[in-house]
Amino acid sequence: MDETKSTTAVVETRSDWPPELLLAMYERMVVIRRFEDTVYDVYSRGIMPGLAHLYTGMEAVAVGICMALNESDNITSTHRGHGHLLAKGGDPKRMFSELLGKSSGYNRGKGGSMHIVDMSLGILGANGIVGGGLGIATGAGLSAKVRHENRISVAFFGDGALNEGLFYEVANMASLWKLPVVYVMENNTYGEYTPADKSTAGSGPARAEAMGIPSRSADGNDVLAVYQAALWAVERARTGLGPSFIECETYRWRGHHMGDQGDTYGYRNAEEIDTWMRDCPIERFKAVLIAAEVAGEPDLAAIDRRVQQEIDEAVEFAKNAPYPESAEVYQHVYA
Amino acid sequence: MSTPERIGTIREAINEALHEEMTRDERVIIMGEDIGVAGGVFKVTAGLLDQFGPERVIDTPISEAGIVGLAVGAAMTGLRPIVEIMFNDFTTLASDQIVNQAAKLRYMTAGQTQIPLVIRTAMGAGRRAAAQHSQSLQAWYSHIPGLKVIMPSNPADAKGLLKSAIRDDNPVIFMEDKMTYNLKGPIPEGDYIVPLGEARTHRQGDAATIICTSSMLYPAQEAANTLANVGIEVEIIDPRCLSPLDDATLIRSAIKTGHVLIVDEGYQSYGVTAEIAARIQAKAFDYLDAPIYRLGAADVPVPFAPSLEDLTIPSAEKIVELVKELVA
Repeated sequence: MDETKSTTAVVETRSDWPPELLLAMYERMVVIRRFEDTVYDVYSRGIMPGLAHLYTGMEAVAVGICMALNESDNITSTHRGHGHLLAKGGDPKRMFSELLGKSSGYNRGKGGSMHIVDMSLGILGANGIVGGGLGIATGAGLSAKVRHENRISVAFFGDGALNEGLFYEVANMASLWKLPVVYVMENNTYGEYTPADKSTAGSGPARAEAMGIPSRSADGNDVLAVYQAALWAVERARTGLGPSFIECETYRWRGHHMGDQGDTYGYRNAEEIDTWMRDCPIERFKAVLIAAEVAGEPDLAAIDRRVQQEIDEAVEFAKNAPYPESAEVYQHVYA
Repeated sequence: MSTPERIGTIREAINEALHEEMTRDERVIIMGEDIGVAGGVFKVTAGLLDQFGPERVIDTPISEAGIVGLAVGAAMTGLRPIVEIMFNDFTTLASDQIVNQAAKLRYMTAGQTQIPLVIRTAMGAGRRAAAQHSQSLQAWYSHIPGLKVIMPSNPADAKGLLKSAIRDDNPVIFMEDKMTYNLKGPIPEGDYIVPLGEARTHRQGDAATIICTSSMLYPAQEAANTLANVGIEVEIIDPRCLSPLDDATLIRSAIKTGHVLIVDEGYQSYGVTAEIAARIQAKAFDYLDAPIYRLGAADVPVPFAPSLEDLTIPSAEKIVELVKELVA
């Protein structure tokens, strides 16, 4: 594939991208894939209550962005948040526990899939409101500026959230005040069950540019292309140049949520899904790593096995963990 | 009490509290529409920009959801923001940020984060400002777990309650009746604090209890004087905070007098008066000599014409009439 060739060339020419970094990217993408496969499994078997919006197929976006961040940088995520949290270093044990409503979960079972937070990792939360993280990420940017901290924020959001008014209110202020924020729009082709091109007039990047926010588009299935765009935006944020906008085109293999598999809702067909699955971001990156001689098949297979074991252990841990005590229902309402 | 005090307006009391708290804690910032250079549409924030600079006193675009959204994120990451929303009618534009984000994040995250945020906003009718600038939406926010709701009625309480609100680690809705900004009273000097969740008894009496929020204190006091002339001595209690609500003080007074009228400027239906009445009857039913009476704003959008608007706001005359009926 042409993309493979071009990204291979990128790998070969960038000596500042050491093999450890590239392999860490690979591993995190596999962690997300295996995590979501396992969520699919436990959800399908009725072990997980509530809702699940899977990130499968979009791994390159979260990983490409988060690998350009420091641990102290902040991110906000979405209802489709597992990938972002894992890419930022989230602990699969505590995540699975949260998904199953257990007291060992990040939020002691009070938030569930759409509300996981880890303040120590700068994960200011997945969010159940479409676009809900945009204000929080921008506010964290304001905080960093007022407090003179070297800390940037990334707001992940989808093509659906692009049409929420909040984006324009907060991005406008970020641009006016040169806040250290990166807006990452994951254009995964659909907002719920409606195609992006039936929802959005013009484009995300053009809207950002209209507010004086420079933008880049990256192939959202190419982790190195996303990473390059992230480096550009992160550098701008760290040097006081203000916010940037990155659009990543990608696809959610497993629909809007667990009840939307295949063509259940009739808005997409098997051929389209198959086309995108053949453009798997992990397989593409694997080919790049092998072609660039960063790793061989057996090395990558060893990573795959290690990750699978980690995820298996994590879900077992969660299954065996206790539910919260009844008394906790009234705790944490007020500080 | 020996606290030195001066006479000033509610506007001055709030302004003083803001100056003191921003001096005391550099994490406190304030943001809102026209609050910096212009000093706020009601001039409540005058002087803050000069003293604390544009990094902490932030004039924002007209973007209520965005302002509160930024404040939530800032509160999660080490600042203690105060937001001014010009009229409480406009908090509807920010209601997702207030209700779904600020109020819930601490609970949803099992205490991993907290939102030390104060939203100051002007409420109340009487300004001939019509239906979108005159509401009293305290019941909406009191309904939401995770929020605190404060309604000061006088300068001393305004200062002491606002300072408590700014030091509180929860999101607080601080409702300022726009018709009382010029109202004068004693303002205690220095670090004067009124704890949240403590009602204040303004007048003692045995015949009936009038529970009144915010500016409703004044028609209640006028009514109390009229009633005293005909031998009816009423007790007047201002809850000061709707959430947390000092149920105990209200119930104690209800048990003492056996007659209760609750006055609030929010719409009467499903309003603050209904909740307070329910809490009192649950604990004081056997001591009540009459049903609990409620007086809220008329259940209509606030009309513009002064002659019509006046008909919608609880008045001293109406309070007198209801209390006479109550104790008859």
